[in-house]
Amino acid sequence: MEIPYTVTARPDTGLWNAKVGIWLFLASEVMLFGGLFSAYVFLRLDADPGVWPHGLLNVPVGTMNTAILIASSVTVVMAWASLKMRKFRAYWWYMLVTILCGVIFLAVKLVYEWPQKFEHFGAFIKKDKLEKYEQYLGNHHLAEKGLPPRTEISGHLHNHDALHDENAKEYEIALDPVNADPTNPNMDRPHFLYVPPTEKMATIEKEDVEYANMFLPKHSAYFASYFTITGLHGAHVLGGVIVFTYLWLPVGTKLYKRNPEHLANRVEVAGLFWHFVDLVWIFVFPLFYLL
Amino acid sequence: MNETDEPSIAETAPVGTSPEDAHDENVAHNVSKHIRAYLMVGGTLITFTAITVFLSYVNFGTMKANVAVAMVVATFKAGLVAAIFMHLSNEKRMIYRILMFTAFFVLGLFFLTYLAWYDPVTR
Amino acid sequence: MDASSGLATHPPAEHPAQHEDHGHDHHELPFWRKYIISTDHKVIGIQYGITGLIFLFFGFSLMMLMRWQLAYPGQEIPLIGNLLGRMFGPGAVENGVMKAEFYNSLGAMHGTIMIFLGIVPIAFAAFGNFVVPLQIGAPDMTFPKINMASYQAFFFGGIVMLTSFFVPGGAAKGGWTSYTPLAVLADKGQNYDPFWNGQTLWLVGFILLITSSLLGAVNFIATIIQLRAKGMTWMRLPFFVWAQFVTAFLLLLAFPPLESAVVMQLMDRIAGTSFFMPTGLVVNGAPLHVSGGGSPLLWQHLFWFLGHPEVYVLILPGMGIVAEIIANNTRKPLWGYKSLVFAALVLGFLSFVVWAHHMWLTGMGSVVSAFFQTTTMIISIPSVIILSAFFISLWGGSIRFNVPMLFATAFLPMFGIGGLTGIPLAFNSADLYLHDTYYVIAHFHYIVAPGTIFAVFAGIYFWFPKATGRRMNEFWGKVHFWPSLICMNIIFLPMFLQGMLGMHRRWYDGGQGWTLAGEKVWGLSGFQWNTPISIAAWVMGLAQIPFIINFFWSIKRGQKVNDNPWEATTLEWTAPSPPPHGNFEVTPTVYRGPYEYSLPGREADFTMQSEPMTESDRKAYETAAAAGVH
Repeated sequence: MEIPYTVTARPDTGLWNAKVGIWLFLASEVMLFGGLFSAYVFLRLDADPGVWPHGLLNVPVGTMNTAILIASSVTVVMAWASLKMRKFRAYWWYMLVTILCGVIFLAVKLVYEWPQKFEHFGAFIKKDKLEKYEQYLGNHHLAEKGLPPRTEISGHLHNHDALHDENAKEYEIALDPVNADPTNPNMDRPHFLYVPPTEKMATIEKEDVEYANMFLPKHSAYFASYFTITGLHGAHVLGGVIVFTYLWLPVGTKLYKRNPEHLANRVEVAGLFWHFVDLVWIFVFPLFYLL
Repeated sequence: MNETDEPSIAETAPVGTSPEDAHDENVAHNVSKHIRAYLMVGGTLITFTAITVFLSYVNFGTMKANVAVAMVVATFKAGLVAAIFMHLSNEKRMIYRILMFTAFFVLGLFFLTYLAWYDPVTR
Repeated sequence: MDASSGLATHPPAEHPAQHEDHGHDHHELPFWRKYIISTDHKVIGIQYGITGLIFLFFGFSLMMLMRWQLAYPGQEIPLIGNLLGRMFGPGAVENGVMKAEFYNSLGAMHGTIMIFLGIVPIAFAAFGNFVVPLQIGAPDMTFPKINMASYQAFFFGGIVMLTSFFVPGGAAKGGWTSYTPLAVLADKGQNYDPFWNGQTLWLVGFILLITSSLLGAVNFIATIIQLRAKGMTWMRLPFFVWAQFVTAFLLLLAFPPLESAVVMQLMDRIAGTSFFMPTGLVVNGAPLHVSGGGSPLLWQHLFWFLGHPEVYVLILPGMGIVAEIIANNTRKPLWGYKSLVFAALVLGFLSFVVWAHHMWLTGMGSVVSAFFQTTTMIISIPSVIILSAFFISLWGGSIRFNVPMLFATAFLPMFGIGGLTGIPLAFNSADLYLHDTYYVIAHFHYIVAPGTIFAVFAGIYFWFPKATGRRMNEFWGKVHFWPSLICMNIIFLPMFLQGMLGMHRRWYDGGQGWTLAGEKVWGLSGFQWNTPISIAAWVMGLAQIPFIINFFWSIKRGQKVNDNPWEATTLEWTAPSPPPHGNFEVTPTVYRGPYEYSLPGREADFTMQSEPMTESDRKAYETAAAAGVH
């Protein structure tokens, strides 16, 4: 028993099976990320003024990762085109570059970006205590300019125990530039280059804090959606890398010798998935890094 | 969608099993024509990434305006990826149909973000 | 992605010989390859069917336990009370008396199991897998290995759900809807284990079940698009295939948003995020230590974005089965085939824009309410078209009242009651009163229980000969049917009364302490009505025994029948019973529509889809067209 139209197209639809399959799968993926993005918009619209943070992520690194993902999209479509032209050598190289791009993307995310966030600290000040910390928040200055207020003081936490210790009464923070010099007009908008916390120290009483935590998913609705969406996106990248590696290994070579069109079809299907992952990132990048 | 009485689908099409058999000169030629387009789209996408980064530091008045600008650029980029890399500019009718359904439902899904403003618990 | 690895394509001329070879090959497959990890759509269909039936009965057993507590609140459970105490510990059942937490677990798991582990696997996956490829003349599903993976994901999801009964604190208690923030906080007492607790396992099990549905849905749609036999045009598809097609689309597009919501709730529970936790939440008098900034309503929106299409996932396959059986047993073409198809499509479309009618009590703005009220009204139109077409199909037919037909005919009024009683719930104003009462329970159970489950039984009796080559016993089938029908109505009709008395669906004491429940309706108070309902539920449990015995007995001992015992017209009846691996001895070609019964000028009163057109057929068509029929 064999199933028709695995390699050749069915005449009336003009499609082979896996292509229908992958597009259906991508349709469901659109809905999956649609659910997450609509949750993001829902929560962001719902957030109190000043609570949704801006400029917490490293923009140059994010830009680089975007470029890497776009480059890999180009190489994967070139890999497919090479197969269509029956240039196996070229296919092999393009595929290798694609896989490497995927690995670099993941490495940057998991080794650099995420851990850097985990070491950062932020404390949301209670609404009635904002005035007390005016020297770090600069809300009078922001109000004059008609900008939304700041409610969070962030930086490098010196007394880590304070997070769990019931007896500790205050947090000692090496302030981020924005809190160190809040009335500087340069700080009104996020910086392009990442600037590490300053030497300037601040002490914040735990009593005045609404909620404080490291930049973990539980830190805020923003980081919750950031880690969930980029995590799920990263899982997709990983899945793509695994599939590409499978097609790139000798298994692919064997299939090429038996039926090159079949391999080309598989690369096309895997490529469609990869482009979709790229497409999701195109929205993730501005929504989390830039806005 | 063929509703004539006669069977409309050929039972099968010939399949090549060796590289030579299946290699259609036309296909190779058509693909090679597209390569330039792929490279150019790649370049455009990276350029627009830079543009969107730049635009996010320009003050368009309100946050909403900045979001709108960024989303317009992102949609343009996504459109390029879908149309050229994913071959949607020249795809079979069945795929368009599937995606039309999906587009309809994803719009329905985003309708709920509008409902966020009607949240009586937190608002 | 492409599961069809290693399947080279051969010219069709080799087909017959191929199949014989395969027949031999297949016998040599070891048992576990043939029945446990098979990629054959028929085996997978049967696996789904039997697993689903077991879960269906298990879910029903949970309800039989709950019915004891409702009818005799606080009294010792007879016979098995002590056994349950030993199984689930004193936290659940103490001295044979059910505790409130355990009652909540039973309720939540009854809903979850019946819907996601019972009905969907049977009505969609089992019948879809077994029947759809046969009906469209395909050798198998497009992606057999993905099909197998789909079943396995379902199976493990089921195992995870069952395991959750035995973790400390018991299974999920948040209702089948798992509303936040309660569901996020559930089980988080002392000795809280971040993974081994009821609600977290519920979420994990759910992810597996959603994955299974997605894989299945992709496969179904691709199969129907790609593997229709020669000549099987869209408008020649049996209505059952159309119903499955729309259902698959609903699953494909409605489940992923819920999957994202499940992932978010999992993050809330495990990583401590606040997707669904509002700012300033106070629990047990102390502010909760979470960041806040989330929205409980977000969960409801995302849940019902699946939840409402899910209703049509439950009912559409049932309608498809009933359509096949009605056409077959009235010996007439199905009335209004095209209207049925378009009604099913419209139903599918509209089911995505009505979800918020489950949320009237959240106090949405009047504009939003008006919008969803309107769409909800509109969606009743295609449902009514479908039901009317079925009723009209009965008109003037010489009906064969065999067991499948009995169940299929019973489906019609039962679904009708369920549908019509839904209309008051669609109105914001009426729903304010009826929301979360037994009225709602009665309404949707009329659709799903005597509706879909009867359709499922009809389908089992109808396609059993195709799967086994034997027919199920008619007499015992009737013994199964009549008590089931009567008991269903004794169970659910009084619930409308209870609901209108304001009895809440989640009360642990069956409404004993509710003053209005003391009011007498038809001789009994609202609370007293619990007793006849419960007795009917237990009798209905007994009434399933003839079915179970009949089912297994008939596999080996049932009356042997030919390939087309019901004299039906669709393609599955041209294949041998049971069909071999690859289904058809000769790949079928289709020449005509699906329901060509009692064609004028023919000796037999049925004409199979694979029979070529004759000259007299053409003439009959022309006359019919001239007379405006079809």
